[in-house]
Amino acid sequence: MTFRARHLLGIEPLHPTEITELLDTADRYAELNRQGRAPRDVLAGLTQINMFFENSTRTQASFEIAGKRLGADVMNMAMQASSVKKGETLIDTALTLNAMRPDLLVVRHPNSGAVDLLAQKVNCAVLNAGDGRHEHPTQALLDGLTIRRAKGRLHRLSIAICGDIAHSRVARSNIMLLGKMENRIRLIAPPTLMPSGVAEFGVELFDDMEEGLRDVDVVMMLRLQKERMDGGFIPSEREYFHRYGLDAAKLSHARPAAIVMHPGPMNRGVEIDGTIADDINRSVIQEQVEMGVAVRMAAMDLLARNARMGRDETGVMA
Amino acid sequence: MSTLFTNARLIDPERGETHGALLVEDGRIAGVIETGDLPQAAEVIDCRGHCLAPGIVDLGVKVSEPGERHKESFASAGRAAAAGGVTTIVTRPDTSPAIDTPETLEFVVRRAREDSPVRVLPMAALTKGRDGREMTEIGFLRDAGAVAFTDCDRVVTDTKVFSRALAYARSLDALVMAHVQEPGLSSGAVVTSGKFASLRGLPGVSPMAERMALDRDIALIEMTGARYHADQITTARALPALERAKRNGLDITAGVSVHHLTLNELDVADYRSFFKLKPPLRAEEDRQAVGEALASGLIDILCSMHTPQDEESKRLPFEEAASGAVGLETLLPASMRLVHGGVIDLPGLFRALSLNPSKRLGLETGRLAKGAPADLVWFDPDAPFVLDRATLRSKSRNTPFDGARLEGKVLGTWVAGRSVTESR
Repeated sequence: MTFRARHLLGIEPLHPTEITELLDTADRYAELNRQGRAPRDVLAGLTQINMFFENSTRTQASFEIAGKRLGADVMNMAMQASSVKKGETLIDTALTLNAMRPDLLVVRHPNSGAVDLLAQKVNCAVLNAGDGRHEHPTQALLDGLTIRRAKGRLHRLSIAICGDIAHSRVARSNIMLLGKMENRIRLIAPPTLMPSGVAEFGVELFDDMEEGLRDVDVVMMLRLQKERMDGGFIPSEREYFHRYGLDAAKLSHARPAAIVMHPGPMNRGVEIDGTIADDINRSVIQEQVEMGVAVRMAAMDLLARNARMGRDETGVMA
Repeated sequence: MSTLFTNARLIDPERGETHGALLVEDGRIAGVIETGDLPQAAEVIDCRGHCLAPGIVDLGVKVSEPGERHKESFASAGRAAAAGGVTTIVTRPDTSPAIDTPETLEFVVRRAREDSPVRVLPMAALTKGRDGREMTEIGFLRDAGAVAFTDCDRVVTDTKVFSRALAYARSLDALVMAHVQEPGLSSGAVVTSGKFASLRGLPGVSPMAERMALDRDIALIEMTGARYHADQITTARALPALERAKRNGLDITAGVSVHHLTLNELDVADYRSFFKLKPPLRAEEDRQAVGEALASGLIDILCSMHTPQDEESKRLPFEEAASGAVGLETLLPASMRLVHGGVIDLPGLFRALSLNPSKRLGLETGRLAKGAPADLVWFDPDAPFVLDRATLRSKSRNTPFDGARLEGKVLGTWVAGRSVTESR
């Protein structure tokens, strides 16, 4: 089974072989990027619009570079500043942009499900760049690629995801992806930051960091999303760092070769100790950023191919 | 003027099901004839072996007058009700402005009389502006025709305000209807917490929020002796508390919407906002437990919780979309899923749809007994159809049953012996 979808809205609908195909393609782009030989003709003549209804410098830059490296014409729209303020609904915005006939829409939105809704109303490929607390598929793919390159495989690993899981779309997409690839997943969080019913996802739950990190191969830290907190999830940042912040002492419970990941941007001294983040023997955080561009190139390449096939079969775009 | 309904399955909520004829004279039931000779009548209607039952009394219908007439008017709601076998709609005061003065109540009564083919009984707000701070003129409002008092989906959080309103209502023998959701726990939530909520990344509320609110209200009714109705009990955990309160002799009843009995949280699927309700749809175990509670009579009243919303308020990301579903026309066919599924029998269903709400509001309707008002619904319980929401009479067509296979078609509706069925 190969990746034939029109959109990339989440990890949930993907088959493990589709994930592997996306990662294999991304791996090739990662090498080409390092050699400075990215093929500029892959998305040549295609228009990519980045619609960010929520601020994100890093993800938007990553998508922009990915598109430009493959030759797409990239346009960024800061949606808070535009028609949204004038009261236009999401669907009207989508229809307006659709009429301009873009080929790729990259969308981030603060509401879960909003990108799915938008994808129903347009006839170009839509990439979910994060919707509410729901999914952030390219982040999970880049994390998967980083793990695969560091560990030589993406199955039968013991992986801990730690921190603000309740508010994290990164955690959800990673639980989906790592579960589909048959890894052991451990979630570590204070009970107030653990989503309800998550035990039914086939994961192990811990509220103690040292216990949860025991013998894991991968430590995936999450950002403590301060802007999402409407108060009272944790007593204080310093108590959080004491109990859940990743430092050398806590990390010593993981396997000696365990790698440390973080989706960024980091709060040093809140969820992660600065020296761990900067430890080139443990931290793969910079590699994650690098793989982010490669994964987004792969996703857009495959979606553009699928759109071309759809056109060839029907004469018009499906 | 007399009408004779012959060859009918008579669904009597009080005495069970029989086969026979029913005579209507001057707007009232003049007799039930099971055997022997049929009397003469000016008009004879052959029910062709299908069901004849007391018309539905739907407790908690939102008609969007005043304020949002583009969503639903008394004319459109009345037509929808007639098409659905609903002969009395008991309206909610959560309009804009709220129905919280005798003057606004009189507007509702007059508009309903002018435009609605079915009976309309208004409820009024319990507190001014439904703000939970000061009680309304419960006495004047009752005199002007308010049959119950409710702030609808807003919970009166200040227990002192609520206890005084309950005590005052008690002195007038007025019924208070309340929404049972602990507001702190449920704030911001759009689905029930659990695996599905986490999978979709939507903020959820624990089903415990319902029991907490019910527990509080039960303590306040014990304190004040008020007549109380919980609008929607939708979770298994709330049922023991309700059972205990009834056993202890408190004047408490409870309702549930047909949506919570026939759908569960998974129906939201890919963020389908037509399934966004208040309270949110529940887990399958809760749905089943509440269905059993309806069959046993622990939950007294089955309603549609008819809540019209236009396309614009629903075509939004799930968290931002408006809550509620229309239900006047689908209440009976959707309820028939419970009958066909063996959860409840037809007389039991019409106890919940017609008799119990009538009794709770002190109405004569809801019965097939001699002397009762001839508010009737004639329906084929087995007729299958696929619902097309474009055919609904409501101005708003936000039904979760679009495209659903339903069994049970209304063939005719009579209010006070007069047919209100539209020919289509």
